[in-house]
Amino acid sequence: MGMTVAQKILARASGRASVSVGDVVEPRVDLAMSHENAALVINQFREVFDGTGLEARVWDPSKIAIIFDHRVPAESAKTATNQKKIREFVAAQGITKFHDIRADQGGICHQVLPESGYVLPGSVVVGTDSHTTTHGALGAFAFGIGATEMASVWALGTALNVEVPATIKVVVSGTLPELVSAKDLILHLIGRLTAEGANYKVLEFHGQAIRNMPTSGRLVLCNMSVEAGATAGIVPPDAETLRYLHDVAHVSGPVDLVRPDDDAVYAGTIEFDCSDLTYQIACPHSVDNVMALSEVVGTRVDQIVIGSCTNGRTDDLAVAASILSGRTIAANVRMLVFPASWRVYEEALRRGFIADLMGAGAVIMNPGCGCCLGVHQGALGDGEVALSTTNRNFLGRMGNPNARVYLCSPAVAAASALTGSISTPAAARVNT
Amino acid sequence: MSDSSSLHPTTRVAWKLPDDVSTDVIYPGRYMATVLPTETPQYAFADIAALNKALLSGEIPRGSAIVAGRNFGCGSSREQAASTLKGHELVIIAKAFARIFVQNAINLGLRTIVCPDIDANVGDELELGEERVIDRTTGKSFATVPLPRSRQAIIDAGGLIPYTRKKLMESRRTG
Repeated sequence: MGMTVAQKILARASGRASVSVGDVVEPRVDLAMSHENAALVINQFREVFDGTGLEARVWDPSKIAIIFDHRVPAESAKTATNQKKIREFVAAQGITKFHDIRADQGGICHQVLPESGYVLPGSVVVGTDSHTTTHGALGAFAFGIGATEMASVWALGTALNVEVPATIKVVVSGTLPELVSAKDLILHLIGRLTAEGANYKVLEFHGQAIRNMPTSGRLVLCNMSVEAGATAGIVPPDAETLRYLHDVAHVSGPVDLVRPDDDAVYAGTIEFDCSDLTYQIACPHSVDNVMALSEVVGTRVDQIVIGSCTNGRTDDLAVAASILSGRTIAANVRMLVFPASWRVYEEALRRGFIADLMGAGAVIMNPGCGCCLGVHQGALGDGEVALSTTNRNFLGRMGNPNARVYLCSPAVAAASALTGSISTPAAARVNT
Repeated sequence: MSDSSSLHPTTRVAWKLPDDVSTDVIYPGRYMATVLPTETPQYAFADIAALNKALLSGEIPRGSAIVAGRNFGCGSSREQAASTLKGHELVIIAKAFARIFVQNAINLGLRTIVCPDIDANVGDELELGEERVIDRTTGKSFATVPLPRSRQAIIDAGGLIPYTRKKLMESRRTG
């Protein structure tokens, strides 16, 4: 019986010819990523070795990645002490894929991993972060785990008791209209599936719209697959994947373009044409509360955020800059831009996007994810409304349970910054 | 039948929660710099002030049940969401759980029960059987979904840390 991409990757990583849905396997891990929560992983890791008489050494220091991104630079003594503890562990264990708070190497983990060439098609990636699904955009099987599970991976090099998930095939045909983006596509899909519609399943993306989508967009699709509950999102790798790996991630050497079998068995298929898709907004307080922009147009906003592991990439800043260039954001709104990595920041600077955004009144923050989850800058006041390109709008998400968060694409965020209310990018472009 | 069922442990429903309760609600992001399981219980449901207060004051005794809807624990992978509830020794009975949360719960030994049709009220006495949850207050009985064997093995080992320790020792012996 044919296998999906997830099945093929899990079979190979488990040393088996094939796996079926529901099989329990222990796949070898190719990349194990953590951020500041490595502080907890270290604690649990040491506990595993307690009383064993063995020295607490990680299984392979070259396969562990640690990226500081949630609270950079440290906002408190507690965080600074956690980060110090992690640095000491990294040095003691010889962990090489460590990205500290530095402009020559740092950024959000889900941007740093792909742009550094750490993620390869066909690999198994685990991360102590639910948005680890992002890396399926390069054809990896990538999923989020907890800190104790990561401690187990650090000790053994395998993920324990992984149940082979069923896969839902998503086939998107057609061509996205101008300024309608991967973000609108995935919000639309989450609205259809609901927040639990893909629980314990994989979303595998196919169709002309996906084939024509750059990796920056595919990263958005896989990143937010978890918002429908998916264990992983996967785009079968293709020529665009190779382009990204060679040109952006500077990967040399052979790459395995793992494809699903023609007779792979899927738990379901969702097919749609995106040619008529319009701008989508996820309304408070759940990501599956998705509406067409027209249903909430004119909603007043206090803070606009462009950034995060979802939409802080160069292409995202480029579209925002194209809308805001030479113009000024509304007087009653503040706009925060968080480039996804320092490499993205540098490129946006070089190509003039940062100047365009600053000229319009946006505040350029250092790369990091803290604002999205309310742990580091950009908190909202009581009764305030944010319109954000991030990935979650749960109650209290941006640090205040008395605030409301709407989610949108970079184009919608930029257009809305001009008016101070939810607005369509098409209208913003017409006025130029 | 009623005689044998009395052998099962009982608990009381302390609180009810809706569908899609996220880990941001269980353990808000702004407390994530606090990581140790000994320190996380203070922030359990910090943004549901009355629930947080009742947990910290002991008004909700240890061993109590929280009855939730579908997709409990959706969102972030933060393990604090499981350790904070484990710290209060709660039993979480939900119609369904999100994947990473329930895995974290099993890894840490937080008791979770999948009970798709659960319909109980605050104050009800629940009997936690192996295959059913029985509401002794209303007399209703609800089937539970058993854990997959692979997960039960982690619980039987006393959590993922002892389970991993055992695997580690085995691999060193054979390797």
